[in-house]
Amino acid sequence: MSVEATLDPSAAAPQGPGGPLLKLSNVESYYGPILAIRGISLELARGQIVTVLGANGAGKTTILKTISGVLDPEKGAVELEGRPIQRMAPDRVVRLGISHVPEGREVFPFLSVLDNLRMGAFPRTDRDAVQRDLEKVFGYFPVLKERAHQPAGQLSGGQQQMLAIGRALLARPKVLLLDEPSLGLSPLLVKEIFKIIRRLNDEEGVSMLLVEQNAHIALETAHYGYVLEVGRIVMDGTCRDLMKSDDIQEFYLGMKQDDDRGTRRWKKKKTWR
Amino acid sequence: MLDFIQQTIGGIALGCVYGLIALGFVLIYKATEVVNFAQGELMMLGAFLSFTFIATLGLNYWLGFALAVVCMAVLGSTMERLVIRPILGYPQFSIVMATIGLGLVVRSLAGMLWGTDDLRIETPFTGGVFKLGGLVIAADSLSIIVATLLLCAVLYWFFRYTKIGIAMQATSQNMLAAYYMGIPVKRIFSLIWAISAMVACIAGVLLAPITLIHANIGFLGLKAFPAAVLGGFSSIPGALVGGIIIGVVETLSGFYLPEGFKDVAAYVVLLVALMVMPQGLFGSRALKKV
Ligand SMILES: Nc1ncnc2c1ncn2[C@@H]1O[C@H](COP(=O)(O)OP(=O)(O)O)[C@@H](O)[C@H]1O
Ligand SMILES: [Mg+2]
Repeated sequence: MSVEATLDPSAAAPQGPGGPLLKLSNVESYYGPILAIRGISLELARGQIVTVLGANGAGKTTILKTISGVLDPEKGAVELEGRPIQRMAPDRVVRLGISHVPEGREVFPFLSVLDNLRMGAFPRTDRDAVQRDLEKVFGYFPVLKERAHQPAGQLSGGQQQMLAIGRALLARPKVLLLDEPSLGLSPLLVKEIFKIIRRLNDEEGVSMLLVEQNAHIALETAHYGYVLEVGRIVMDGTCRDLMKSDDIQEFYLGMKQDDDRGTRRWKKKKTWR
Repeated sequence: MLDFIQQTIGGIALGCVYGLIALGFVLIYKATEVVNFAQGELMMLGAFLSFTFIATLGLNYWLGFALAVVCMAVLGSTMERLVIRPILGYPQFSIVMATIGLGLVVRSLAGMLWGTDDLRIETPFTGGVFKLGGLVIAADSLSIIVATLLLCAVLYWFFRYTKIGIAMQATSQNMLAAYYMGIPVKRIFSLIWAISAMVACIAGVLLAPITLIHANIGFLGLKAFPAAVLGGFSSIPGALVGGIIIGVVETLSGFYLPEGFKDVAAYVVLLVALMVMPQGLFGSRALKKV
């Protein structure tokens, strides 16, 4: 977790010094014969939060799985700091610096919270630094310290999400992949978790690729965004610009331009399947 | 009464051996969801190897024992690598058949290499007895019980406190998450097979003085299997308790009941227990995700 200057949220392009930290070019992945994502190109600059917005089934998780090496892409390249990592075994990808906070948290239910966190540091051998990082994670998520010796399966959904994030941080990732951290949480908890995500980016300089259905919170949190529909990227831009876009407002933020009176009205959020 | 106590202790010793074989079933099943029907044959092979090292080559008992355990560890992980890993992901049925086939191959190879006579190894305990009042307990039985307790303590420590042991638990609780943590899941599988083969080998060497060594002791796996089921099939303490219950019931029914009951005792116990507790003694509707 190197501390680096945080970029201004309004920074125009996702370009950091020395090229992007993570880059996908033209990635195409299948589940057996089923095409899930196609022609995916995106970039994450050092120190930034980049979000991929998409409805349920759009292919968000598939993008993250392809980066993690759990799924091999049929075509295209995934590069970390210019080094191709597609088709590498998942444990090597982790060692190179990509940690995954999976959809649905996926904690180890019968291990204690502490052991879950220690598993996050599995590839590391620098014990003292792991201990320091553990304290740091406890600083961000005090509830995990209180419950350190309880089985993770006994935590509430929000606490499990915190554990999943803390666990991934203990690998000291260069890139943190976050798969719908808002899923199934109350609006208040979502706010709390995203506040911490934001702080981790500001204070620790953790670069993140955040995939979300909750466009509101994602656009508020990230610097740059891509919009994914049925496996393809259909739009991208700074989050500030995306928030202003009519399509985003209508389909992802649930706002509608009322032509007659020229005022905005809240509309029931469109459900996507 | 003395008879009863003596028989019970003998039953516990035999049950410990069943428990150790059952432990091998459980370890492999928990981590990989494969039921390894060759577990009994691994035990047999371990016993034969120790015979070669101790009786044929004349090594010290403990050295021969240790060498056999090391050989079995290598063999266990090799089997996983060559036979099981290529077919993981195929239907359970194919994998079960593969392990049964593996068992048959090992048994016939052992028959060719070591012949069909009963073999015997001298242990430091052979012939020794402990007397306590009127009670006479064979040192062989006692050594099995003590060794099993020690082994369980070591395994408990390993799975509870070492990083790699905790990683094994993690892998068996959530394989996908284990991948995301950078745990080398495939190597963990090999390691689990190695540990199961080591435990089976220890069971075989401990058992050798009681039953002698021959190619058919592998069939004891068929009695250890109900022990594992009785224990819930996913619980390590359950496997041992299940093994001991079956060992004791079998020994007592051999002593008190007419000929023939002894061999079915294990399955009768299992059927009755499963009717009362379908989850097994220690079973849980485990939150298993892959
Ligand atoms: N294991 C799978 N097998 C087959 N198809 C899958 C599998 N996982 C996802 N898909 C399909 O791939 C598409 C993208 O899924 P996913 O990446 O999970 O979407 P999202 O995370 O955006 O909800 C969906 O159409 C989904 O049905
Ligand atoms: Mg998803």
